[in-house]
Amino acid sequence: MAALPPYSSNAQIAWYYGFRTICALIFFFLVFPIMVIIPLSFNAENFFTFTPEMLRLSPDGYSLKHYQDFFTSEAWQNAMWNSLTIAPLATILATVLGTLAAIGLSQSHVPFKSVIMAILISPMIVPLIISATGMYFFYSRVGNFLVNDVGLPLDAVNFAKIVLAHAALGTPFVIITVTATMVGFDRSLTRAAASMGANPVTTFFKVQMPLILPGVISGALFAFITSFDEVVVVLFLGTASQKTLPWQMFIGLREQISPTILAVATIMVALSILLLTTLELLRRRSERLRGLTPS
Amino acid sequence: MSSSETMSVEEQLAAGQTEDGIVRAADGTPLKARLAKALRREKLRSFLMISPLLLFIVLSFLMPIGDMLLRSVENKIVQNTLPTVVQELERWDPASEELPDEATFAALATDLKIAVKERIHTRLGSRLNYEQSGFSGLFRSTGRAVRKMEEGPYKEQFIKADEDWGKLQTWVVLDSFKAPYTAGYFLNAVDAENTVDGVQMKAENERIYIQLFIRTMWMSLAITFMCLLLGYPVAYLLAHLPARTSNMLMILVLLPFWTSLLVRTSAWKVLLQGQGVINDLLVWVGFVDDADRLVLINNQTGTIIAMTHILLPFMILPLYSVMKTISPTYVRAAKSMGANDWTSFWKVYFPQSVPGIGAGAILVFILAIGYYITPALVGGTSGIFISNRIAFHISTSLNWGLAAALGAILLVLVLLLFYVYDKIVGIDNVKLG
Repeated sequence: MAALPPYSSNAQIAWYYGFRTICALIFFFLVFPIMVIIPLSFNAENFFTFTPEMLRLSPDGYSLKHYQDFFTSEAWQNAMWNSLTIAPLATILATVLGTLAAIGLSQSHVPFKSVIMAILISPMIVPLIISATGMYFFYSRVGNFLVNDVGLPLDAVNFAKIVLAHAALGTPFVIITVTATMVGFDRSLTRAAASMGANPVTTFFKVQMPLILPGVISGALFAFITSFDEVVVVLFLGTASQKTLPWQMFIGLREQISPTILAVATIMVALSILLLTTLELLRRRSERLRGLTPS
Repeated sequence: MSSSETMSVEEQLAAGQTEDGIVRAADGTPLKARLAKALRREKLRSFLMISPLLLFIVLSFLMPIGDMLLRSVENKIVQNTLPTVVQELERWDPASEELPDEATFAALATDLKIAVKERIHTRLGSRLNYEQSGFSGLFRSTGRAVRKMEEGPYKEQFIKADEDWGKLQTWVVLDSFKAPYTAGYFLNAVDAENTVDGVQMKAENERIYIQLFIRTMWMSLAITFMCLLLGYPVAYLLAHLPARTSNMLMILVLLPFWTSLLVRTSAWKVLLQGQGVINDLLVWVGFVDDADRLVLINNQTGTIIAMTHILLPFMILPLYSVMKTISPTYVRAAKSMGANDWTSFWKVYFPQSVPGIGAGAILVFILAIGYYITPALVGGTSGIFISNRIAFHISTSLNWGLAAALGAILLVLVLLLFYVYDKIVGIDNVKLG
């Protein structure tokens, strides 16, 4: 779709601009719902639409009171801290296990490679409601055993259940991103390191890891957002003391919708912009490391 | 190049052909044995690296799923609660159209007395109530009466306690659920039931699940189609703009992709409300009268709009990556031979983009069919999916077996679709971001 050639007919010119207008409308559809909640979250009233004061851009129409609600409400703060402890733990578990397995899978001569790959990817394919149902039955049985017969504290067991479930849901993303970077990895580099006397551990951390790091980090970010954004499994497995941010939002949306949700949503949009930027920078770095010019 | 191949080159240089015709490595061991050993070591190493995750996924994910599948057919409760009745029923033939004999009723008295003492008879009642309503009350009232029952004959006493014991259908249900495994939940999940005359469809007005499955499929198809309709032009534009511009515009696709699902759902909930931004805008423009604002939420429209928005990036990204690989020379060649813009697009370009359509459409459909959160929040009652019903049976009606059976059907459906996806695209080619 290069620029319009000078010999275009009127119909072609009309189509050229018409097509771009259609695309602009679709882009608008994609971004508008996310963007519109940002100004609405500064609403001074408890409404979900623009008040006349806001449309006049009068400062009376805007306030930070919904943000104040969020930072002072105990329920929201608990939810935020739960999210911020569960997600990193699940991410670490998923990233360590996933990276190791992805490196193993990218060796030549792995027996049953496609079967293993299918099993490892399965948490991404199975609909969340089914994963949640299965985990609900199974984890509650295992949890009861651990609490009643082994004597572990109930809260710790409940917390561990969610971390493990989220880690399982996050690993496919790590596998996929790390496998993708392993494809461009030059195996002769590790051999060169080995031939100069480095042991496998040193080779891994000094040679291989720096090169596949962008893939590992973007996998970790995917795992993080999977856990941070996940609500179905938490709804099924969690108890009131493990309420996460998405759970609190889900309740808020279902029962009495309060504008505090818009403030939370805006904060989460800011978070996703941050993640998106990090990923883009990583992608460029990875391409540069592999000797491709960044596009 | 694999390491074993390289090794064979290196080793061959070092090794000379010896008199006995065996190629040997530098230290004198046969080369074949050395290579096999190296290969074994490599296999072992990769296996050791994969096994922690494999073990983790099997324990934390596959076993729970297997447990759920087992639960959809498991039915040990009848045997555990009424063990002697189950034994006696072996002799009974439901086709005889007669009630079971006195011995069976005597067994019922013995079993129920124990069950009442252990307080497990109501649990069996609510289990059988899923199959036929009335069982819950039957077991509760009989549980009270059985304590006062005198020595036999029991048959009349039971029928006096609750006349349902004198009905053939009660015994048919009990008989058909005496086995430790049952197809009952699955029959329920497809709106069928076991009656005196064998498996039959339920009455027209009691059928819910087939209709719900059809609705889930129909709405997922509608969402997939909407995504394709909106995604194709955008992917085309992104694939044909200069890299700088298209990377900038790509951010507009990736931002919703990275934004929390709940944030997007809440945005739509806010926008689509009766007093929301969209209705306000329509009233202000004058399309809609203030008195009859459009009902855009808590129905199918709401679910379709919100889910199209949520799943659109999953359509655009695979389409884009396929369109990126289509060489512009074909369209140019078509045009140089006199094809107009439409013909060159439809006959030359479009067929080459079909793999992208296939990949995107199956991906969106798989994701849509299992959705739970968005339909639950914006779907009302008419816009809910089968997932919502599964969640209902787990948390509200507590009919876990039925939830598991519905889940198993959904799982099979998704796995079939995924198999097709794997054949078209390949699991390894899933692209993220």
